Amino acid sequence: MTTIAGEPVPRHGVRIFAIWLVLTAIAVPLIVLVLGPHLPPPHMTVESVDQRNANIVMTALLVPIALLVLVYFIYSFVFFRETTDAIVDGPPIKGHAGAQLLWIVLTSTIVLALAVWGSYTLIAGAHGAGGGQGPDPAAKPTGYQHALPVQVIGQQWEWTFRYPTYGGIETRDLAIPEHTLVAFHVTSLDVTHSFWAYELGVKADAVPGVDNIAYVNPRHTGLFQIRCAELCGLWHGHMSKKGRILASSAFQAWISAAQKKNASIVKYLPKYSRVYYPAPLRRAG
Amino acid sequence: MSRAARALAVAAGVAFGTALIVYYIVSYLTVSPPVVAATGSKPRVHLTLQTVASFGNPPHPDWVSYLARDPHGKWVHSTVLRVPAYSTVDVTIYQFDTATGLRNPFWGQPRGTIGGTINVDGKTFNVLNPDLASHTFAISDLGVSVPLKGVADNAKNQCSVAPCTLSEAHTTVTFSFKTGKPGKLRWQCFVPCAFGFPLGFGGPMQSIGWMDGYLMVQ
Repeated sequence: MTTIAGEPVPRHGVRIFAIWLVLTAIAVPLIVLVLGPHLPPPHMTVESVDQRNANIVMTALLVPIALLVLVYFIYSFVFFRETTDAIVDGPPIKGHAGAQLLWIVLTSTIVLALAVWGSYTLIAGAHGAGGGQGPDPAAKPTGYQHALPVQVIGQQWEWTFRYPTYGGIETRDLAIPEHTLVAFHVTSLDVTHSFWAYELGVKADAVPGVDNIAYVNPRHTGLFQIRCAELCGLWHGHMSKKGRILASSAFQAWISAAQKKNASIVKYLPKYSRVYYPAPLRRAG
Repeated sequence: MSRAARALAVAAGVAFGTALIVYYIVSYLTVSPPVVAATGSKPRVHLTLQTVASFGNPPHPDWVSYLARDPHGKWVHSTVLRVPAYSTVDVTIYQFDTATGLRNPFWGQPRGTIGGTINVDGKTFNVLNPDLASHTFAISDLGVSVPLKGVADNAKNQCSVAPCTLSEAHTTVTFSFKTGKPGKLRWQCFVPCAFGFPLGFGGPMQSIGWMDGYLMVQ
């Protein structure tokens, strides 16, 4: 107990700190060990695993801060509640240099540490980010020169895909091989779309005249959802389909079948290009 | 004017304004082209459509459009089509517009049709030169995509007002596809054919009843 104007007063600060410490000690391990594995995105690619780890770290750091605010709020609501009609000034609040310094140091450390950690994992990491990085990515994964190029072409209102290393064929379906670094080259023929393959950890804007590159390294076979994440017109909400990660042999069989299925149109396709806008632009109407 | 009269006038004005807003919203939400049913009965039905370069009538006489023929043989300005589930749909499209080419030549290959082919003026094709296409008929959820060959630019007797008649210059495209389970599927044209709009993607390309529609599979 301390005293104010001769009256004994509980040490509220110590109480709040103690409650916060106990709750934090319980919540953080729960978040890391129990909630963490279920945080988005799923773990279909190396990049999506990195993104989920980032989500775990961010959540684990944010929860103690949120708890501090909540504990202080609830504690104040319970213990500092005025139960009488009397309107009386509370004790004067005086500055506390130590507390202010601690607050500045602590928050600055958290923000700067996150900035350094985020920059390191993005730039110096060996995986790439999963997000679209424009035509000249800064975060290139190891072995990016040998990545399988897959062009993603947005158009109102459908996605199509070109495989320049397989004769430049174009398909309505997207399949990629597991354990193979893939470079998505995302572009558009008309308005801005956004190629969002949530389970892959990929989200890249499809902009006319821009080759937006995103790298992914699929970890295991399975289906993933493809959506457009940019409001692009009447059927924007229908611009979705399923993609597939296939075992290497299955991918080879799939691409061979796709080459046969689409053989008749290949001669009419424009030569593979990083962008197709503004040319060929034919008259409308 | 008394205070009561002024209050009454204000209340009447507010009520009138509110009614107008409600009328506008309800009209906007409920307006829809009529449903045109396919002719015939399950398991094989027939749809007959036409595409016109300019509708020629209000409210957008210069908009490109599809029309559908109802079971009574009357042309209806609608793109909401009803077909039975788990059936074969034979489609005939009378194409009255000139060729504009495909923005993405990929759509020059018929897909999702029975046999992977289409018939254009009596000849069977498994691919159409994209430069000769005028429009497409595509039901993405069924994997159906059909390029529609355009009328020659110098063709005589070209149609300018819908509905067009078979005495006017046209190509005839026929094909068949199968429907699956019941559902409301969207269909569209993949050619940016909206003359007068930026890159051809506005107006009729964004409007149900013109170059977009629904396939009601029931």
